[in-house]
Amino acid sequence: MAIDAATVRKVARLARLRAPEERLEPLAQELSAIINWIEQLGEVDVEGVEPMTSAVHVKLPMREDVVTEGGDPAKVLANAPLARDNFFVVPKVVE
Amino acid sequence: MSDLTSLTLEAAVEGLKAKRFSSLELTQAHIQAMESGRALNAYVLETPDKALSMARAADARIASGAAGPLEGVPLGIKDLFCTEGVRTTACSKILGDFKPTYESTVTTQLWRDGAVMLGKLNLDEFAMGSSNETSAFGPVANPWRAAGSNQTLTPGGSSGGSAAAVAADLCLGATGTDTGGSIRQPAAFTGTVGIKPTYGRCSRWGIVAFASSLDQAGPIAKTVEDAAILLRSMSGHDPKDSTSLPVEVPNFPSFVGRSVKGLRIGVPAEYSAPGMPAEIQALWDQGVAWLKDAGCEIMPVSLPHTKYALPTYYIVAPAEASSNLARYDGMRYGIRAEGKTLTDVYELTRAEGFGEEVQRRILIGAYVLSAGYYDAYYLKAQKVRRRIADDFAKAFETVDALLTPTTPSSAFALGAKDTMDPVTMYLNDVFTVTANLAGLPAMSLPAGLDSQGLPLGLQLIGRPLEEGTLFSVAGALEKAADFRAKPRAWWRG
Repeated sequence: MAIDAATVRKVARLARLRAPEERLEPLAQELSAIINWIEQLGEVDVEGVEPMTSAVHVKLPMREDVVTEGGDPAKVLANAPLARDNFFVVPKVVE
Repeated sequence: MSDLTSLTLEAAVEGLKAKRFSSLELTQAHIQAMESGRALNAYVLETPDKALSMARAADARIASGAAGPLEGVPLGIKDLFCTEGVRTTACSKILGDFKPTYESTVTTQLWRDGAVMLGKLNLDEFAMGSSNETSAFGPVANPWRAAGSNQTLTPGGSSGGSAAAVAADLCLGATGTDTGGSIRQPAAFTGTVGIKPTYGRCSRWGIVAFASSLDQAGPIAKTVEDAAILLRSMSGHDPKDSTSLPVEVPNFPSFVGRSVKGLRIGVPAEYSAPGMPAEIQALWDQGVAWLKDAGCEIMPVSLPHTKYALPTYYIVAPAEASSNLARYDGMRYGIRAEGKTLTDVYELTRAEGFGEEVQRRILIGAYVLSAGYYDAYYLKAQKVRRRIADDFAKAFETVDALLTPTTPSSAFALGAKDTMDPVTMYLNDVFTVTANLAGLPAMSLPAGLDSQGLPLGLQLIGRPLEEGTLFSVAGALEKAADFRAKPRAWWRG
């Protein structure tokens, strides 16, 4: 399965990565090489095999649905690129 | 250079306890070594003031008889562990000047046990790489050079700074993380000991995430005993990581030096990769002979899906990474690029902030997870992953541990990656990724030098939660190999 420049553009958009036009073709070639190499998994018979989603055989623990920590906006905002009045300042989303 | 930096961690703990020297003296010696080792680029942030104040506090606890198991011991911390108030970057531009307001569980436990932080260590960006060359701070130089050569070699990756700092005596031990071999491959390239414990043994809380179902923390150390001491402090159940195992932490150091007589050691046929250098095969054979001498029973085993481990890894890891790295959007922390629309800001921030290899893996991950391809790639990889794990489970019905080489070669030159395609670079992890996919404990220890005078490592893989067995077998191999070679200290100028 070869990946073309249009697919790279689409995937880059999905991943919110700006890929310059001139990089699309080289990226398509690199990604195709990796995907072609991955295609060898097609040889493996996985009929009836349960997908492995975790390396541990432990049921996910549940805890009480209560607030355990919080109430410290200064800490939450400490690394914000832009903050004002205990809020993150972000670019305008809705016109 | 002071003798104090050439001590093992075990000997330093003893010396501190016996008051032969203070933590302040020990720490000062390491600060000096760290400063005169800057040519290695192992540390991306030195924290000498913090180290000195932690050392004074440790000395006070030693004086009052309240010393912890790591009291006064100076360590380096991979810059993937969040350290409260101390810049943490994952060696990516995208995190900018990020100063966590919290401390990772693993480092919290190291400080609880008395350790002293010297600084933050270099790594491949977001731990994605096998040569430390994808770091935004530039590559680390391996303290080792080939005999008669001045060429700079890679320390391996992603924990390249950790491995180099330990090998060059710039700390007594270091933390690492291992997603596909990132502790074991650099340990092998630098003549140090590294262990990736069972998945879930160490809490992942506060460690910058790469691929959450594979990531595990572990130590890089000078000896097997040192690694056992460090792992004991780093391990333990943590409710803040839902995959952390609620099990007791064994007294790992007590396993080192135990007899390995009667243990059954498996040698997997499939790890004899075609084109593997004769030296690697010879080292492996030597390891087998050492363990036979120590009374182990050697058995051939088969792990038939081994060759599918790397392609499986290169679906699972990028898929999880593309999801984990979605959080870097320029809104709440890290850098933010200017743009006209919100989408512009996201796309430009991520394009400017992430390096080439990280972007490549995000794209692969987004592709294999995208509509129409999910079943063909991601689901398929999860099923092959199960096959790989089942191979190990079957082998461990008859053997107690597996012995393999750690890497298919010794350290290669910095810059070699520029002439390799990504797939060739990925082959570095061929012997190490399997343990991550199956969640098993695995360890590398130095076993000899190749014909160029560069260290080579042997790897042991164990049953889930049986790190103790690995420490016993590694102890026997360490004794037999008697690896004492040290790199020539060219970096001191």
